[in-house]
Amino acid sequence: MTLTLNDYLLVSGLLFALGFAGVMLRRNILIIFMSLEMMLNAANLSLVAFSRFNLGANGLPNYNAQVLVFFTITVAAAEVAVGLAIIVALYRSRQTTHVEDINSLKF
Amino acid sequence: MSPILFWLFALLMLVAGGAVVVNRNPVASAMCLVVCFLGLAALFVGLDAYFIGVIQVLVYAGAVMVLFLFIIMLLDLKAERRRKLNSLALAGGGLVSLAFVAQLALVLRRYPDGHRPFPALDLANLPNHRLDDVRLVGEALFSIHNLPFQVVGVLILVATIGVVLLSKRELK
Repeated sequence: MTLTLNDYLLVSGLLFALGFAGVMLRRNILIIFMSLEMMLNAANLSLVAFSRFNLGANGLPNYNAQVLVFFTITVAAAEVAVGLAIIVALYRSRQTTHVEDINSLKF
Repeated sequence: MSPILFWLFALLMLVAGGAVVVNRNPVASAMCLVVCFLGLAALFVGLDAYFIGVIQVLVYAGAVMVLFLFIIMLLDLKAERRRKLNSLALAGGGLVSLAFVAQLALVLRRYPDGHRPFPALDLANLPNHRLDDVRLVGEALFSIHNLPFQVVGVLILVATIGVVLLSKRELK
């Protein structure tokens, strides 16, 4: 039995679904943020799988996809830094990381 | 990559990912996320994307997760006390996730390319007949994608300044 593209796409989709469930179910803003990272990584996995599957004319992987993954990782690192700074600022003013306690913008 | 290794690392990754969502203690969640990212890096290496695999370990499992652990330590978060689960969020989140997985299975079953195995790489034209992955990614990055690369540099600078501003005691 050899591996097919579907195996990778399925694993990537399952990881994305797990991350989505985490964002919906959890109430701790840090865990929500971690689940978000999982969803980003799931997208990266399918990009790399497609890069390996669709070989270029020279018989090598399609490196445009891997450059896109590189950019995703860079932007995610910047996003984590800013997001965690916002969480710290939030904690300083509210003393909580629980999303249900942060409701002053709630209609 | 041999199928056994693939399923081993995929299972490790998914179990660790599930543990991130289920764990009540934020530190345990962060540690499970590290395991999840390491499993993912192994999958990248299995797809001959060595550079991305190394970046995944260094940036994600290293830098980003250390940042997360620092913040958890700084905020001194304890394990969450049991609250009443919001049944609407539980039903909604579970339902949408399940619908997504079902839809994915349907799409993948009808995707003709997805049932073909991965084609073999043509290493004949490469020096030493080895995939020098870092050089190839670097060539693509610095020739075709040079402008986005520099824009990302500006983005990181802006993010750094933003973090410094946000961490100041009072915002003026």
